[in-house]
Amino acid sequence: MSQFSVPWKPRSEVRYGFLSRVIIAIAAAIYAIFKPVVSRFPGLVAWAVLILSCLLVWAHAVIFDYVDETILRAAADQDITRPVIQFGSPSTWGYAPSTIEPLLAGAGMGSGFASLCKYALWPLQFIIVRDLIILAALFALFGLVPAYAIWWERKVAGRIQSRTGPMRVGGWHGWAQSLADGLKLVLKEDLVPDEADKPLFRVAPYLALIPAALAFVALPFGVGWVFRELDVALVFILAMLGIEVVGVIVGGWASNNKWSVYGAMREACQMVAYEIPMGMALLVPIVCAGTLSLREIGEMQSGGWFSWLAFSNPFAFIAFVSYVIASLASVKRAPFDLPESESELVAGFHTEYSGYRWGIFFLAEYAAMFVVGALASVLFLGGWNSPLPSSWAASWGDGWIARIAEGILFGGPLWFIAKAFGFVYLQMWLRWTLPRIRIDQVLYACVQVLLPLTMLLLIGTALWVWALESSGFAVFSSIVSVILGLIGLVFAFGFLGIAGYGFYNQRRLVGRLNTDLLSGS
Amino acid sequence: MVLRLHKLTIPSLVAVAGLLLTAAPALALSAGGEASPTEATKVAAPGSLFDAIMFYVVALVTVVSALGVCISKNVVRMAVWLFCTLGCVGLLYFLLAATFVGAIQFIVYVGGTLVLLIFGVMLTSKSPWARYETHPVELSAALVVCVGLFSTLCLVFSSMRWPVVQWETEGTAVRDIGVALLTRYLVPFEAAAVLLFIVMVGAAHLARQEKK
Repeated sequence: MSQFSVPWKPRSEVRYGFLSRVIIAIAAAIYAIFKPVVSRFPGLVAWAVLILSCLLVWAHAVIFDYVDETILRAAADQDITRPVIQFGSPSTWGYAPSTIEPLLAGAGMGSGFASLCKYALWPLQFIIVRDLIILAALFALFGLVPAYAIWWERKVAGRIQSRTGPMRVGGWHGWAQSLADGLKLVLKEDLVPDEADKPLFRVAPYLALIPAALAFVALPFGVGWVFRELDVALVFILAMLGIEVVGVIVGGWASNNKWSVYGAMREACQMVAYEIPMGMALLVPIVCAGTLSLREIGEMQSGGWFSWLAFSNPFAFIAFVSYVIASLASVKRAPFDLPESESELVAGFHTEYSGYRWGIFFLAEYAAMFVVGALASVLFLGGWNSPLPSSWAASWGDGWIARIAEGILFGGPLWFIAKAFGFVYLQMWLRWTLPRIRIDQVLYACVQVLLPLTMLLLIGTALWVWALESSGFAVFSSIVSVILGLIGLVFAFGFLGIAGYGFYNQRRLVGRLNTDLLSGS
Repeated sequence: MVLRLHKLTIPSLVAVAGLLLTAAPALALSAGGEASPTEATKVAAPGSLFDAIMFYVVALVTVVSALGVCISKNVVRMAVWLFCTLGCVGLLYFLLAATFVGAIQFIVYVGGTLVLLIFGVMLTSKSPWARYETHPVELSAALVVCVGLFSTLCLVFSSMRWPVVQWETEGTAVRDIGVALLTRYLVPFEAAAVLLFIVMVGAAHLARQEKK
């Protein structure tokens, strides 16, 4: 009997389900295996994991390409038919390993190696096997992005507030902090309030998580680096971002807590309102590009910095700014983080959540931040293209080194991820520097400012694109786009410059100490 | 004993609409008589075994969650079941390679209408756990409608031969839809826009506080 008495019946025991036990066992085993290595060479491990994962992804791309070239195309050229089996409808098991071996040998592979590789390469001719591999990579990214965004956010918050942020776990600037947090969240007790709507309370985090994960399916990381190339990828991703709110609302409502319900209602209100200006702002580059397919939009902007859609006309430039503002509201980041405003609503919609389910909400939120940034980079800032025009690479030939250099210098998944993380970084800056605004101000900003503004921008862009048919206006338009590009360059260098200034002056105090202002000091 | 028939309005409307939609291809086929079924069925369906499995799984989830909407007693749970139903219908569109319709299903029904529905329920419900008990009379009326609908559907399904169309893997469906909306169907499109505008103005007028 403790000295405190609580009005509810204390739980007699903590029970873990079968799945929880398995997860705990796996987590503990991973910890036991990697602890000695990680604690000895922390920074080295971080960099090695980053580079190795890049190489792994590239290796898969190369192998898929190799299978396409040496097996599938060669077999089609030599008129080798696939054995067909009747299984309801005609199905095929693909080319047998014995058929693959001569093809591999024909492509210059040693016979001993080919006899080994034929079994390894056999499954890769099926689209579904490749899909599963790519899905595994996408889910790994989906898990890693929030983990590192959370660690980074804590570092950024620390720097902005003259602290250091997490420093201990993993050694080098606490890089393993998120992994430790994740382990802690998994091991915590799965609390469900007695008066909550229990099934809905349990299911709500997944309703937020699944749409955020599905949005990754249509994101184009580069030419050919997209899991499913939808002709309506933009609408699909916007829909997924819109659905994510359902999880938050249901979670807030099922908690049966006044704060949670307030948070959920604010979220619903804000989300429904801001979806419209966000979609309108995204329509502006769509009008410029004339397609909804993110791949085509990205390919359109391969001509370097000045061909990016944000600089194509003044309306698109302003639409970019309005999109950034509206996207902050749609992923409930400061200054629009009213659903979880901790100063008034304890923690808003996730007041009652803890442990694993709370972690899932945050996984979804940070993944949505990344998706929003990725959309901004595809539609306004060139997608996977680097600021250098890709035509410069035309004379480099088709060798391996040239291809790798092209992939690094002129565009590729790395540029895409870097740009999206640039937006995540911007969102973090804004969160730790701007105060939260009131709900009426949120709605005022949407309905009376952003909505009319984006409508005007849409009409303006439509007229601009229509006027481009005359050659005189096209010249004027290209001059305007160069000027806008220069303004954008100034902003970009300003962004980098401010960041660099902050980095070099990180140990200086911003102003006078409070004690200096006291009388008698 | 009060017969609360208004609870049946929306399900019966949905049922009638569904009946019309499912019967429409049959009607069109019998009226036109152009597409001979033997010619159409010759084209083998490219849908693989995996597609078939996915279809049955998604269809099962759709039906189960639709039943959940009818059976559950709590409004928010109904909304969550409806979320599942509408999402699965969207997935069915994706399985049919109708990506535009699927994405619009997600953005309009799941992301828009459903959120508004939950929002409305949360704002208006008097107690958090209000339960809706179904009266036996309502239950029997629903049963009659359901059995009638189900038998009609079975009749339609058994008596008609479905035309099998070649899958169009290429083509810009979105562009075609946009062009059609702004040329051939401009008048209905604008009429719908004006209607929605009137609704918006009316809602704003109703919601606005009178200044004294």
